[in-house]
Amino acid sequence: MPKRTDIQKILVIGSGPIVIGQAAEFDYAGTQACQALKEEGYEVILVNSNPATIMTDATIADEVYIEPLTLEFVSKIIRKERPDALLATLGGQTGLNLAMELSEAGVLSEYDVELLGTSLNAIQQAEDRDLFRELMRKLNEPVPESDIVHNLDEAYTFVKRIGYPVIVRPAYTLGGTGGGIVHNDEELEEIVSSGLKYSPVTQCLVEKSIAGFKEVEYEVMRDGQDQAIVVCNMENIDPVGIHTGDSIVVAPSQTLSDRDYQMLRNVALKVIRALQIEGGCNIQLALDPYSFQYYIIEVNPRVSRSSALASKATGYPIAKLAAKIAVGLSLSEMKNPVTGKTYSSFEPALDYVVTKIPRWPFDKFESANRRLGTQMKATGEVMAIGRTIEESLLKAVRSLESNVDHLLIPSMSEISDDEMEERIRHADDERIFVIAEALRRGKTIQEIHEWSAIDYYFLTKLEGMIKLEQTLTENNGSIELLREAKEKGFTDSFIAQLWNEEERAIYTLRMSEGIVPVYKMVDTCAGEFESETPYYYSTFEEENESAKTSKESVLVLGSGPIRIGQGIEFDYATVHSVWAIREAGYEAIIINNNPETVSTDFSISDKLYFEPLTVEDVMHVIELEKPTGVIVQFGGQTAINLADELSARGVKILGTKLEDMDKAEDRDKFEVTMKTLDIPQPEGKTATSVEEAVAVASTIGYPVLVRPSYVLGGRAMEIVYKESELLHYMENAVKVNPQHPVLIDRYLMGKEIEVDAISDGETVYIPGIMEHIERAGIHSGDSIAVYPPQSLSEEIKQTLIDQTIKLARGLNIVGLLNIQFVIQQNNVYVLEVNPRSSRTVPFLSKITGVPMANLATKVILGQTLAQLGYETGYGEERDEVFVKVPVFSFAKLRRVDITLGPEMKSTGEVMGRDATLEKALYKGLVASGMNIPTHGSVLFTIADKDKEEGVDLVKRFHAIGYHILATEGTADVIRELGIPVTTVNKIGAEKPNLLHVIREGQAQFVINTLTRGKQPARDGFRIRRESVENGVVCFTSLDTARALLRVLETMTFSSVSMPKFHQKEVIHS
Amino acid sequence: MKRQLILEDGSIFVGKAFGSEIEKSGEVVFNTGMTGYQEILSDPSYCAQIVTLTYPLIGNYGINRDDFESINPSVHGLIVKEATKAPNYWRNEMTIDELLRIKGIPGLEGIDTRKLTKLIRANGTMKGKLCSMDVDTNKIIEDLRNTPLKRNQVEQVSIKAPYASPGRGYRIVLVDFGMKHGILRELTKRKCDVVVVPYHTSAEEILRLNPDGIMLSNGPGDPKDVPEAIQMINGVLGKIPLFGICLGHQLFALACGADTEKMKFGHRGSNHPVMEINTGKVAITSQNHGYTVSAATLAHTELVVTHKAINDDTIEGVKHKQHAAFSVQYHPEASPGPEDSNELFDDFISMITANKGEKTYA
Repeated sequence: MPKRTDIQKILVIGSGPIVIGQAAEFDYAGTQACQALKEEGYEVILVNSNPATIMTDATIADEVYIEPLTLEFVSKIIRKERPDALLATLGGQTGLNLAMELSEAGVLSEYDVELLGTSLNAIQQAEDRDLFRELMRKLNEPVPESDIVHNLDEAYTFVKRIGYPVIVRPAYTLGGTGGGIVHNDEELEEIVSSGLKYSPVTQCLVEKSIAGFKEVEYEVMRDGQDQAIVVCNMENIDPVGIHTGDSIVVAPSQTLSDRDYQMLRNVALKVIRALQIEGGCNIQLALDPYSFQYYIIEVNPRVSRSSALASKATGYPIAKLAAKIAVGLSLSEMKNPVTGKTYSSFEPALDYVVTKIPRWPFDKFESANRRLGTQMKATGEVMAIGRTIEESLLKAVRSLESNVDHLLIPSMSEISDDEMEERIRHADDERIFVIAEALRRGKTIQEIHEWSAIDYYFLTKLEGMIKLEQTLTENNGSIELLREAKEKGFTDSFIAQLWNEEERAIYTLRMSEGIVPVYKMVDTCAGEFESETPYYYSTFEEENESAKTSKESVLVLGSGPIRIGQGIEFDYATVHSVWAIREAGYEAIIINNNPETVSTDFSISDKLYFEPLTVEDVMHVIELEKPTGVIVQFGGQTAINLADELSARGVKILGTKLEDMDKAEDRDKFEVTMKTLDIPQPEGKTATSVEEAVAVASTIGYPVLVRPSYVLGGRAMEIVYKESELLHYMENAVKVNPQHPVLIDRYLMGKEIEVDAISDGETVYIPGIMEHIERAGIHSGDSIAVYPPQSLSEEIKQTLIDQTIKLARGLNIVGLLNIQFVIQQNNVYVLEVNPRSSRTVPFLSKITGVPMANLATKVILGQTLAQLGYETGYGEERDEVFVKVPVFSFAKLRRVDITLGPEMKSTGEVMGRDATLEKALYKGLVASGMNIPTHGSVLFTIADKDKEEGVDLVKRFHAIGYHILATEGTADVIRELGIPVTTVNKIGAEKPNLLHVIREGQAQFVINTLTRGKQPARDGFRIRRESVENGVVCFTSLDTARALLRVLETMTFSSVSMPKFHQKEVIHS
Repeated sequence: MKRQLILEDGSIFVGKAFGSEIEKSGEVVFNTGMTGYQEILSDPSYCAQIVTLTYPLIGNYGINRDDFESINPSVHGLIVKEATKAPNYWRNEMTIDELLRIKGIPGLEGIDTRKLTKLIRANGTMKGKLCSMDVDTNKIIEDLRNTPLKRNQVEQVSIKAPYASPGRGYRIVLVDFGMKHGILRELTKRKCDVVVVPYHTSAEEILRLNPDGIMLSNGPGDPKDVPEAIQMINGVLGKIPLFGICLGHQLFALACGADTEKMKFGHRGSNHPVMEINTGKVAITSQNHGYTVSAATLAHTELVVTHKAINDDTIEGVKHKQHAAFSVQYHPEASPGPEDSNELFDDFISMITANKGEKTYA
């Protein structure tokens, strides 16, 4: 079927901000979809609230709207643009939900907008539990048996019918509160009773437990002609019971026989046909490890995280083809873009093993509950390709950048056997490492299987790796074993450790023995057809398929997995850098390992190496490609961290020189530089011991900001107010020594300003200055940033500009730099200088129209800014106001304190844009997921130090008609002002206490400021968590609350009674 | 222990030995299926061939009693990147190494199978030999070059005497050119009363069994090496409904006057898209063939093309214009591979039903 000609204009919905469970994969999918539709000649209108994405670049669609993904705003766009059709299946759950809302509100029918891809009916059938079960019954396909129970007797009746174990899920509680797995009557009684109590509707779902089954996923595609194919199947190493997004996954399946494979394939095709999906679909199945019994767990009627993984794992571009299917094309008439010769209606054949490991944020959130279960907790993932399981797995492990180069976490040797068993039985993020430790302690794979239910096939592989470690140790220097170890994916650094050598020595030894990796192509067809795809992975075999071309090349290092502090913004810059390199006439080569992103789409660069970002792996590519130089500025800390060692091995780092970077990042050198340039910074010093730290702090005076040197995202950064707090920090948060000094700065509580600039060493161009809503002390990534600055005098602005120029020149910056300033009492201080691409590059590039990463790359490659048409100075400010609002994933991370501070906690961001600050803020807050009712109640629980400031907010909330709730101390102060207030009892006291008010939705907003002491047991912590878990907006910064007030004040009319007549006091006689 | 694969073009791949110690030569081919190694190993169509599996990890779920496609595998060798030593599966009975030892099949692991695959892709299938490290390489290369490919594989793998697989449905005579069990399984599933006969059974003998339908099985080698079958097909065509698979398809085409030719490296795998020309429907099919019906030679025959390969336009299915007879190049019985085309067996049964209907009212 040729493509449709009855539609011309298509609206594509993106997935909004990055949150846990919905990440960069939708930038990849959405970008592909928009490009595919444009390629077919359609006019593409895109709406997405996330400015950090490639898909929201002006070139990706014909019209790009960065607006909140809500019914209100998308309806406006539909009214204005009048698209013929809507494509929502590439925007994740957000896209689907929005399409559903638009349809239910009648907007689609009113404006005659056709929904492409998959019908709403199909979406409902896949997502609504009852409709889904109904469909499965009709198809005669099994789903785990379940029932809704209202009391204990009903639960017993169910269990009598299907037996133990069962899973109990209380209805309408967040994060599965009160639920659990039940093995016997005793547990049933306990868990069902408490579950019924937790459930606001006194209901529990009781479900047959299939924990321990193999979890297998099929990525399926279907076109309008009912042709359906399987792109890829994947097997979770972790059996059923852990969210697939939190599982270690291999592709293709390893332990399924052809009969199992085909049985499940048939099911997958049957389901996608029954749902009449036109596009991609993900089907999760559970297979009994001891029979052919299987269950369908879940169907995602859209492109998903798994389909991004499947695309990268096979080379088959699911999103691109899904978009084309949506406009009527069929699989058999579209060429396979990888081979360019064969067609898309085939099933990729892999001749390698792919491993995906999730990247969790627990390094940031130490208090978080690390136990894995049905709620996904990972922020990102890495993928690795190898020719053996071992190679693939170990490449993935070292791609995580968790300071491990092997299945070994040194501290693991200290845990007790009991703890070890417990951590294997109940998986947390480190289970694979715990299993490795158990094997090192001589535990058998039978024991580990009993604890984990992980298939013996995988456990045997792990056992083999541990044995090889031992053999290596016993045979120091054996070339034969060295070769075997490399084939099994061992790193030089780990072998060096076993052999008591330097890493470089192993590398040199290998080179002399000719033990070097070759690169194989990912071609979708296992070598059956010739392919032109420049998509490679390394392995230790014979034939190398990647040849250096005659063209001069430049290597760009990517940013690895998405994590807090290093998000999609860095992928954005990486992609732009690659494009700029190509524009400049070089061959652009990229190394990266994140399967979700646009940068690992093989059509972006001239050559893609899907490899770990370690010195060894990068050096291998460099040895082969001999690039002119390497660009490290865009890959965040990942790439920067490699720069020193690469340079030491003779690699040319392009752009700002390493010693200059060091001048910005090494505290002492930085101080010297600042002194030389005569730029003020908060007083501060480096300490290499606890004693020194105490001395420094007392000299400069509390409060001080303490942090380890060289960090991204403000990890382990804290503001301390007195010596005891400092000592606590030094003991618990950092390991201080001369190699790892701690920085101690005077904490200035002022206005924070962020500036990004491009410099060629001489010309320094500043596209924009951003002002933060929250005062200094809250990480810039978690602050609301406003462009252009709203409250700066021209004089201050000029100071900022002058200092930026001075710094860029003084540090000989060639490329990008990012500076954070604080303004206190009209004095400008520099907080930090980052000689690289920053989080705000995509935001600023989009709003100012200055292609920052592109310009920076060209400058790095030798052009001058003058040649590119820019001169020193500050870009002209736009009339409109743009705000960048952070988005958090707190609901998914239990036990994490949501208080904002110097450590970054947000996972994503949205943009709000309008004519005034208030309107822009409104959009930004709404886009970030905030519900903004114009009346209701605000609950104040604020620390004593904030009472004065808080009272001002109380007055203003009261003035616009909000009711005030407060705890006793605060309430008294408010009452004195003559403002009506309802006193709410403290936690634990009788009703109405704080928790009831929050749980029952009696407050629309909670304003809670931090009292000192960080232990979660504090009431404040419970208030904040309770708010998150009940979906109540909670502000921990008065600045953010004040910003909301500004919005509310412009939305509402004040209620102030008319002034009284001036009357003289009448004396009654 | 080391072992090597020596190819007629002089290439040598050195790896580790597994399976039987017997040295064997054969035509080296590759299969891209990611599952189904047991079915592939025991598919008689691979008789006298050395099979390279492109998926690197083979043997993960071991060998079980159910998934054999013939009782005695006739493949001459198996080449993999890694043969799993410790498989795990509830149906597992032995490792692939053990099976190969028992069945006298040499195996080679630890070589760059992708390099070998690409070599075959570039040069076409080649003769090769799996041998120990102490052989005279030049002599082996010379021998390989001078020894023509075997031409008697069908004789080798076909049964020696007929047998019945009784049922209460239609009587099907299944001519065994190297039949995969899957074909018999599909007929049995449809309650057929099957009589399996050797490849050289004459038309008269077949007609004497009074069948309702004739099924021509798959099998190894060049269809032109089985002239007796061509003669037999001509003797039954038009009298009894007929369905051919793979080699059976090629023989049917030859009998109808078309020609066949050898392909460069054939189609072997579980992911081959085939389009039904009438409906435009695409099925993902399981394939294993090194010869194909020449499209150009169909013009003068009574055959119409019903299916073609999407990737290279080769003929994947034909039917007779006059008679109740059709055939496909691929494997609707799957095992291994996708079961998308399974309904072709139903079509065969319907064709028989329709044909009987005509007879009754004729």
